[in-house]
Amino acid sequence: MSDTANPAAGISDEEEKSRRDFLIVATSVVGGLGTALAVWPFVHSMNPAKDTLALSTTEVDLSPIEEGQSITVTWQGKPVFVRNRTAAEIETARSVKAADLIDPETDEARVQKAEWLIMVGVCTHLGCIPLGQKAGEPKGDYDGWFCPCHGSHYDTSGRIRKGPAPLNLPIPAYEFLDDSIVKIG
Amino acid sequence: MAFKFFENPVVKWVEYRMPVFSFLDHSLGSSYPTPKNLNYWWNFGSLAGMILVIMIVSGIVLAMNYTPHVDYAFESVERIMRDVNYGWLIRYIHMNGGSAFFICVYIHLFRGMYFGSYKEPRELLWIIGVFILLAMMATAFMGYVLPWGQMSFWGATVITNLFSAIPFVGDSIVTLLWGGFSVDNPTLNRFFSLHYLMPFVIVGLVVFHIWALHMHRSNNPLGIDVKGPEDMIPFHPYYTVKDLFGMGVFMLIFMFFVFYAPNFFGEPDNYIKANPLVTPPHIVPEWYFLPYYAILRAFTTDFFLYQIVSLGGFLMSAKLAGVLAMFASILLFLLLPWLDRSKVRSNRFRPINFWFFWIFFLDCLFLGYIGGKPAEGSFIIMGQIATTYYFAHIILIIPIVSILERPKPIPESISSAVTAAGH
Repeated sequence: MSDTANPAAGISDEEEKSRRDFLIVATSVVGGLGTALAVWPFVHSMNPAKDTLALSTTEVDLSPIEEGQSITVTWQGKPVFVRNRTAAEIETARSVKAADLIDPETDEARVQKAEWLIMVGVCTHLGCIPLGQKAGEPKGDYDGWFCPCHGSHYDTSGRIRKGPAPLNLPIPAYEFLDDSIVKIG
Repeated sequence: MAFKFFENPVVKWVEYRMPVFSFLDHSLGSSYPTPKNLNYWWNFGSLAGMILVIMIVSGIVLAMNYTPHVDYAFESVERIMRDVNYGWLIRYIHMNGGSAFFICVYIHLFRGMYFGSYKEPRELLWIIGVFILLAMMATAFMGYVLPWGQMSFWGATVITNLFSAIPFVGDSIVTLLWGGFSVDNPTLNRFFSLHYLMPFVIVGLVVFHIWALHMHRSNNPLGIDVKGPEDMIPFHPYYTVKDLFGMGVFMLIFMFFVFYAPNFFGEPDNYIKANPLVTPPHIVPEWYFLPYYAILRAFTTDFFLYQIVSLGGFLMSAKLAGVLAMFASILLFLLLPWLDRSKVRSNRFRPINFWFFWIFFLDCLFLGYIGGKPAEGSFIIMGQIATTYYFAHIILIIPIVSILERPKPIPESISSAVTAAGH
């Protein structure tokens, strides 16, 4: 080390060594941190782009849906189930004690108007679309929806009752613009 | 033979600047000594390598005519099948090549398990092999999405949704994978990009795999170390010829499927264009994923193994447990060299482990059968029993048998195994 020290400046070998150690550590930290931060734009470029985010609301006209009928609309590329529930279905959904459910939630908390059940029709297990929207499709043991992929049963409020799915069918943000138009998203 | 070749002035000129020829000679040539008793189960490593090359070549040509867009992907594949010269042939080679690749690698893997090839000093060789398997799975999964059929779309939906089981960040990860709020055009685009990248990652891993192999060389059916030159023969010409012969036989079988039963391994539903609003009644992955799919689906809230690992449902949901179990079913192989405490490699000298090996093999086949069946009735129970056995084999049976078992006497050397018999 003696020939790298700078006797003219009056710096000893030891001082020179610790100065170099400091520079090495400081440069490595700044360089490493900078590289790590540079990863973010690449990762974030894989998140939804602005045009994808822009397609975020859907308006639905409810007037043609009669009691006991369902329609499926697309919102953000996903199917949304809109069902005009019968009084019996509402009654069944409300007679269950929320605490007994896999994902405890009351029917009242899942609807804005009792007859209109609006939820994302994507099974919370692995993303299949449950059956039960059309007449003649299996509705599962609880007369709501049934996911054929791995056998999850949902009730008339779209709550998970049996099978591998962990959560109830999610409720999207929506508002009634008037009596028959609803805006989802 | 090697002598004459290395006296050639052009070869000498290159060798002086970059010793590529002697590198090859030491890797696959007459200067690479190999145990002399390798049987035909040792063909499947080189076969897998050959298929990797076939997949890359056919894939590059397919990419020239494929369009990774949700509106055109399905049609562009049909155009390859109908209009592109020999497009049907190249696509069927690529499609069936995926299955052939997994057949070879699974045989290769079970060969390694049977003859104890994963044991000291080849642990790292084995571990790199497990990573190759994982990389192959990722590649195959993304490749299957590209034709944009119903199974492509719904397979992609189910598998990407696995990540939503991760606590707290699961949903953000799934959105990141999709590049949107469902499997859509951004997803297809990135899968195409990654599907093109991954084979070259596999090539890199294969280089490491072969590097590690050449350090301690091939294991052999007796599972004993080579004692000296009398136990070995040069790789070239003996095993180059044997490997080429194996490739010839394999190609006959492979091309039979390509020409006469090209859709044997496929699902008819994938010839229906993807429809995000209709789930096919019965989603099944490709055959080589079926055992893992069975393990995934075995985890329901009432499965006793789930109740144990989640401490009665307290630690995690059944969905997360299923996902973790599915990944664990492969990742546990990384620990195999340490779970198996027996010093004896080959099952020829392990009278008890021999039977458990074959039971485990049948259990894997049975899981594959269950994975292809709908998740209902007795299939659920049978899948849960087979899943339990799968993990019991790796975590309990292998270590316990390896400690308690009394192996048969092993031969002194590869040569003496033959000469002692009076030959």
